[in-house]
Amino acid sequence: MTIALETKGLVKRFGGLQATDNVSFQLQQGARHALIGPNGAGKTTFINLLTGVIKPTAGQIFLEGQDITGLRPELRVQRGLARTFQINQLFPAMTPLETIGLAVSERTGGGRDWWRVTGSRREIIDEIVEIAQRFRLTDVLDEKTSNLAYGKQRLLEIAVAFACRPRVLLLDEPAAGVPEAERHELLATVAALPRDVSVLLIEHDMDLVFSFADRITVMVNGALFTEGTVEEVSTDPRVRAVYLGESVDE
Amino acid sequence: MSTNIADYVSATLTRRGRWGVGEILFWLIAAATLYFLPERHLILNEIAIIGLFAISLDLILGYAGIVSLGHAAFFGLGAYTAGILARNGIADPLLGLGAAAITAAILGFVTSFLVLRGSDLTKLMVTLGVALVLGEIANQASWLTGGADGLQGVTMGPILGLFEFDIFGTTAYAYSLTVTFLLFIVARRIVVSPYGLSLRSIRDNPLKARAVGIPVNRRLIAIYTLAAAYAGVAGALLAQTTQFVSLDVLAFHRSADVMLVLVIGGVGYLYGGLIGAIVFKVLQDVISAWTPQYWQFWIGLILVIIVLAGRERLTERVRTLWKGVAGRTAKSPDTLPKTSAREV
Repeated sequence: MTIALETKGLVKRFGGLQATDNVSFQLQQGARHALIGPNGAGKTTFINLLTGVIKPTAGQIFLEGQDITGLRPELRVQRGLARTFQINQLFPAMTPLETIGLAVSERTGGGRDWWRVTGSRREIIDEIVEIAQRFRLTDVLDEKTSNLAYGKQRLLEIAVAFACRPRVLLLDEPAAGVPEAERHELLATVAALPRDVSVLLIEHDMDLVFSFADRITVMVNGALFTEGTVEEVSTDPRVRAVYLGESVDE
Repeated sequence: MSTNIADYVSATLTRRGRWGVGEILFWLIAAATLYFLPERHLILNEIAIIGLFAISLDLILGYAGIVSLGHAAFFGLGAYTAGILARNGIADPLLGLGAAAITAAILGFVTSFLVLRGSDLTKLMVTLGVALVLGEIANQASWLTGGADGLQGVTMGPILGLFEFDIFGTTAYAYSLTVTFLLFIVARRIVVSPYGLSLRSIRDNPLKARAVGIPVNRRLIAIYTLAAAYAGVAGALLAQTTQFVSLDVLAFHRSADVMLVLVIGGVGYLYGGLIGAIVFKVLQDVISAWTPQYWQFWIGLILVIIVLAGRERLTERVRTLWKGVAGRTAKSPDTLPKTSAREV
């Protein structure tokens, strides 16, 4: 199996705090991998390092074998590494249609196009339609994003990341704040993404990922704690202990 | 069903690019004033110039979210460029416009690297500082600019070798209006293009824009440079049509006035700059004729009311009324809702 995304000895210190502690991690091609851990384990810091929002203190990041450690965030996206945010990061004044259209036209190099009207290229239209249907957004396409129901906003968040046609998709707690009833549907949408997209799902809620992931990594205090199949991790008493807040031998 | 949605998507996306009836009327009326308001051409000329200057500010403020308190730097540089060229015998107006656009664009490009870092407060201070520095340079370099006495001896040749400037300002107004209209069309294309969409996304959420793969800084540098060129052209128009340039073109109140004009007319809406310019100049004209010493008082009061009452709310009501009267023009499939976001 080939490796889609890899880190080697990744370290991030904020002053005295070691937010990421020597993390060497591999995401296999086509994987449905979950990264779980209690609150404050450093999961989001790890994502921010991967996407280039913050710079690591030490270590390297490889996307499909190429070193991307020094690359700016937007260049990483162009290389095929897209993400969603734990707290919705959308364009409140724009419509879902414009948001998806923006992502699609940026990816196809249309973002420098200042003379043609947005939406005058047929191949872009077809792709927008495909994405809108996949994420069940067709009925709200022309509404202002800030007026959308929360669940729809979460779907849009993923749709935009998917519109970047990523090779690797990082989802930072996509179901956070979504009502219980809609959560599994949302994750089912994610699970139904094409297999050539490798997905790393960050999640606090352990039970939610069991139906989704084929591999699980547990992070505690910025370091990798354990990794294994769903079966192995869910039955690991130490993992349960971490979640129950009991002291764990390092 | 799928083609149905595709048509809907296509129609909705391109909707912003289509010209509305109101827009066409606006420009027809503007053109008509060339014949019907001959005694007002001097002030109309000024309105066209301020309108263009406001469009320039709107491109960076309204569409890209870059605040500026020193936009007069580009206006003034354009004015001096055109004025100095004309004084030195290069009297062709269009050549002067081109030169002004280029010098202002260069200044815009260079200063963009200073402006685009930091918070809004930093941006306000850096833009203000650049304008102050330029103002002082113009003041000191009196051998070039005429300093505090202003630039004397600006004489313009005929436009395209055909149209001489006249004392009633008719040629001047026709010239300024045409240039403003042409640059407006370009700006209008830009704001509805994918590039324009990316600017709006940066304004709304730069973090997310980066996450979509948009090279945020490059896009902002491009629009800042273009807006500087626009402001330079506006300044050149003023220098050429009044055949005089003074330090006033670089003064702080220029930058403040254009911000005021844009707030009156509406930010992030290209007609906002034009409507604001009309309202601002007409108010100035009316109020100063009525009570010259209190002009500042009234414009200040109006500004406060507009900002507090919310121009959005005021115009939104008018727009809803207009929509009700005009009916809907865009057809959408029955299965889809018809709510519409903000136009242009």
